[in-house]
Amino acid sequence: MIDMTRRDQPGLKQRQQRWLFWGILIVMIYIWSFSGLEFTGIKASAGEVTRSIIAGIFHPDWQYVYDGSGEDLISLIIQTLAMAFLGTFISAILSIPFAFWAARTGQTKLHLRSSSGKFVLILIRTFPEIVLAIMFIKAVGPGSFAGVLAVSIHSIGMLGKLFSESIENIDAGPSEALISSGANRSQVLTFATLPTVLPEFMSYTLYRFEIAVRSASILGMVGAGGIGTPLLFALQTRAWSRVGIILLGIIITVTLTDYCSGMIRRRLV
Amino acid sequence: MNVIPKQRFVQKYHLKALGGLLLFILLIWWSARVTEVDFGLFFVNFDQFLALLQKMSHPDWQYLSLVIAPLVETIKMALIGTSIGTLLAIPFSVLAARNIINNDFARGLIRLILNLIRTLPDLMLAALFVAIVGIGSLAGVLTLAVFSFGMIAKLFYEAIETIDDGPLEALQAAGATKMQMIHFAVLPQVFNHFISYFLYTFEINVRASTVLGYLGAGGIGVYLQRSLSQFAYDQTAVIILGILAVVLVIDGISNTLRERLL
Repeated sequence: MIDMTRRDQPGLKQRQQRWLFWGILIVMIYIWSFSGLEFTGIKASAGEVTRSIIAGIFHPDWQYVYDGSGEDLISLIIQTLAMAFLGTFISAILSIPFAFWAARTGQTKLHLRSSSGKFVLILIRTFPEIVLAIMFIKAVGPGSFAGVLAVSIHSIGMLGKLFSESIENIDAGPSEALISSGANRSQVLTFATLPTVLPEFMSYTLYRFEIAVRSASILGMVGAGGIGTPLLFALQTRAWSRVGIILLGIIITVTLTDYCSGMIRRRLV
Repeated sequence: MNVIPKQRFVQKYHLKALGGLLLFILLIWWSARVTEVDFGLFFVNFDQFLALLQKMSHPDWQYLSLVIAPLVETIKMALIGTSIGTLLAIPFSVLAARNIINNDFARGLIRLILNLIRTLPDLMLAALFVAIVGIGSLAGVLTLAVFSFGMIAKLFYEAIETIDDGPLEALQAAGATKMQMIHFAVLPQVFNHFISYFLYTFEINVRASTVLGYLGAGGIGVYLQRSLSQFAYDQTAVIILGILAVVLVIDGISNTLRERLL
């Protein structure tokens, strides 16, 4: 007995060697990553700009909050929220077929359908969202519609993955009961699969909505509507009090949406 | 005894669900109006979109040799940024953990700051840092450092809060100081979780860092922006495939390491 436990634990020397190996490897990785990376010096104005931004946050341009022109903070934040909401909704619907495609069913090790679906979802996930936005701007012109399309396609990557995982983890009881009483496949789908996964789907969609609000607020930087456009413009023209009010607006919006969606999600699952 | 339970009017006609559905449809309709959704426009210009896709489906492989160096730079940026963020996050995560700091006010303040930092999207931080330190990879590293700081600090303090209290109490009973408690009771329990979360954040940062250059914060994104503004979509396709390869490799390495750790 004693021998067996001993054999499982590597000796002190072995352990030291392992630590040494990982230590040297990590040090080498860090030397490699610091070498060749050019830090072309901080601009001399860095301190001043930081101070101006902080001053801008504490002295925001209150006039910008609402002026009735439709180009003010509140209308653009509402537009951003609408982009995220609609994009996430479309994406949730589009994700359902992808989820069934990628979900692994049965016990076989190699699963061509599921693996190909998973790979497509990875492909969608890594395709940068701003590139998608630029592509859609080519198709529909600059504006929030391009942003909606970018959000709705990009979100499929994550929602499809989460949905397919919840289909995989489904309790087999209800569907087996239905099959044994002679239900066909569409009946199993409507009466066993969908009712079990629907609350989870809705919870994941809300979670994705929180992320979409963040990404919708930056899509404007490439011209796809929302609050990002005036922010980039204010940064480039060094209108720091304008930057300050937009940052405040985004922080408040994201915090509020996170809070509300968190509350609804807790009630759902 | 056997009385059929009476449904109220509201329950009988599912008024709550119907009302919710109606509200939801109204919200969708209103969002579509605010964002000027026009699917007709999309299909009118569909040939342009297809032409773009067609151009992207013929990647300019010659461009690949130019793309490798900035891709490596992107990984370096992500690694350094994540490391700086992690080093900053460790003290904050200890201060934000419920089982180590008893002062509600201090802990709440730190958590509030962490929450506020996490509301800022990565590209927005990049735009800010480019304005502050100028165009270059330093802006990217700083962006990723701040971005991962908020995320890692949260993951870390949640990990610290789930540790076994036994060793902590034993050390306290033996008269250890706070630092000794952290060193001998907290760190050994959370070390593997920390490394795992670090790798996870690194994966996310590699993905994020590939677009930061779009606003001038270094890495492959600079090339992405250049190819897109020159309408050289065959080059864009090469860059995106390169990003995909890097992300797949990094995810693979990080996943195997994390599985071995936990």
